Amino acid sequence: MFVPLLVLRNAFRHRLRTTLTIVGIIVAITAFGLLRTIVDAWYAGAEASSSARLITRSSVSLVFSLPLNYAQKIRQVEGVSSVAWANWFGGVYVSERNFFAQFAISGASYLDMYPEFVLSDGERKAFLADRVGAVAGRKLADKYGWKVGDQIPLRGTIYPGTWTFTLRGIYDGAEAGTDTSTFFFHFDYLNESIKRLYPRRGDQTGVFVERLRDPEAAAAVSQAIDTTFRNSLAETLTETEKAFQLGFVAMSEAILLAIQAVSYVVIVIIMAVMANTMAMTARERYGEYATFKALGFSNGFVVMLIVAESLGIALVGGLLGVAFTFPMADVFASSVGSILTGFRVSETTIGLQVGAAFVIGLVAAAVPAWNAARIRIVDGLRAIG
Amino acid sequence: MSVDAATAEPRMQGGAATPAMPLVMVRGVSKYYVRGDQIIPVLVDIDLDVASGDYVALMGPSGSGKSTLLNLIAGIDKPSAGEIRVSGVDIAQLSDAELALWRATNVGFIFQFYNLMPVLTAFGNVELPLQLTSLSRGERRERVATALALVGLSDRATHLPNELSGGQQQRVAIARALITDPTIIVADEPTGDLDRTTAEEILALLERLHGELGKTIIMVTHDPKAAEKASRLVHLEKGVLVD
Repeated sequence: MFVPLLVLRNAFRHRLRTTLTIVGIIVAITAFGLLRTIVDAWYAGAEASSSARLITRSSVSLVFSLPLNYAQKIRQVEGVSSVAWANWFGGVYVSERNFFAQFAISGASYLDMYPEFVLSDGERKAFLADRVGAVAGRKLADKYGWKVGDQIPLRGTIYPGTWTFTLRGIYDGAEAGTDTSTFFFHFDYLNESIKRLYPRRGDQTGVFVERLRDPEAAAAVSQAIDTTFRNSLAETLTETEKAFQLGFVAMSEAILLAIQAVSYVVIVIIMAVMANTMAMTARERYGEYATFKALGFSNGFVVMLIVAESLGIALVGGLLGVAFTFPMADVFASSVGSILTGFRVSETTIGLQVGAAFVIGLVAAAVPAWNAARIRIVDGLRAIG
Repeated sequence: MSVDAATAEPRMQGGAATPAMPLVMVRGVSKYYVRGDQIIPVLVDIDLDVASGDYVALMGPSGSGKSTLLNLIAGIDKPSAGEIRVSGVDIAQLSDAELALWRATNVGFIFQFYNLMPVLTAFGNVELPLQLTSLSRGERRERVATALALVGLSDRATHLPNELSGGQQQRVAIARALITDPTIIVADEPTGDLDRTTAEEILALLERLHGELGKTIIMVTHDPKAAEKASRLVHLEKGVLVD
């Protein structure tokens, strides 16, 4: 008990200094965890994607649509077991601040394609039976207080006019990481209206989704689909769902790199602050370290005192930082709404936070411990008086 | 961490000083510092014997080398040349780690500014050297209580150094120096930071340690009144023994 007691009492000799250092570490570790979680959330869609699904889009750009009749040809490609399609709607709910993803989907075939969206049988039937029906994820419904049966108006930005849907179901995620912040409605409803208003834009969709008979055959099937439409007016690019999602992530890669860099810079800064604190602490105690050595304590004992104190302070700050990350992440997630789905502090992030705190403690103690071990007893004793 | 005198290296054990052999034997010891291309001598060819149970006062003007000589005898510094034997052990030949073990069992330190650990109580400070032994907690408590009683501070055991007067702090330091029953007690200006009355009390205590407990004490002092209490005076001037 002697050493832990000594370390504890030493750590709180300058309460204000130690408290401020711990507060600094809490802020740094929380910021580190939050930034890591933002990066994780960016990749969450790709992580949650299925290896048994392919996405086919226009080879030119995602903004160009594909003829709906491609579905029949894709279905005939060897290795494809089913096909569905979806089209980005891009409507505004009440105001532009209320952003969430909206897709016009191919009804039952699309819902069958995504078993991770869990909808009760009754709600599924109600949705499929209602041409203006829609389903929303639990997170989205909770955010806006929607209930089944509610009328939800969306102001179209790509497809002009106000589109009013009747909420027929609220889906849950099969897993914790499943996105439940998307809004789905019938492609047929959109397509019929478009055909009536803008005949040349009818019977076209943004992407096709294919289920594979064998996920191992993804590359061959992708190639076969794209070959089918080669030299047509709308050539396709088919890739796995994960690659498709990562394509979106790649668009913001520079931002992600900057966020990651900032997260590490924060750690380096607090490491320097902590090292300064420990250097001051050790300098003030050279006389005591010399006395310990004169009494027969080893250099290793002195090193242990400094390292243990530094690690203790860093880990207390680190663990509190980890604890603070969860409420901070919740606040952040609610403030960004549906922009970042799957916003969850991962076990890896917690591990990295604790690891960072450990490294901060160790690095901060290194130089002071080295100096204290090297100081000659007679020189250290001269520091007193 | 725990150190038992019985497990110490044989070459550190030496042997008890015989009537023919002084407890502390300093032979041809020199100490100099090198500053750039300049050699600064601090001690020059010192020969000194201290018998067991002796109470020696080292006196001399500032810079005469008396504290350096004390540090060498206490094993917290090493001579540039010569031999220092304490109980037959040539401490100049010991490695740093061996010297630390040797100090733990053979030397009791009393410093001018007490050098107590500010975060430990009087009890904790006196117990400090015993943390390096294999004594049980109960045995340590018993010894500390005895040492604190000896210096008249039983009622101050739970006080932190900053809650004690200078004289009381020095008594705690004396109890700490005694606690391992060391071969020698070295005191560097033990009354240098105290008023006359308190200094007299501390000197009386040191006299008791010498007279009643037969402790060997080597003390550096500027104070002639402190030196008077010693059984033997040794004068140093410019690094040379003059008496």
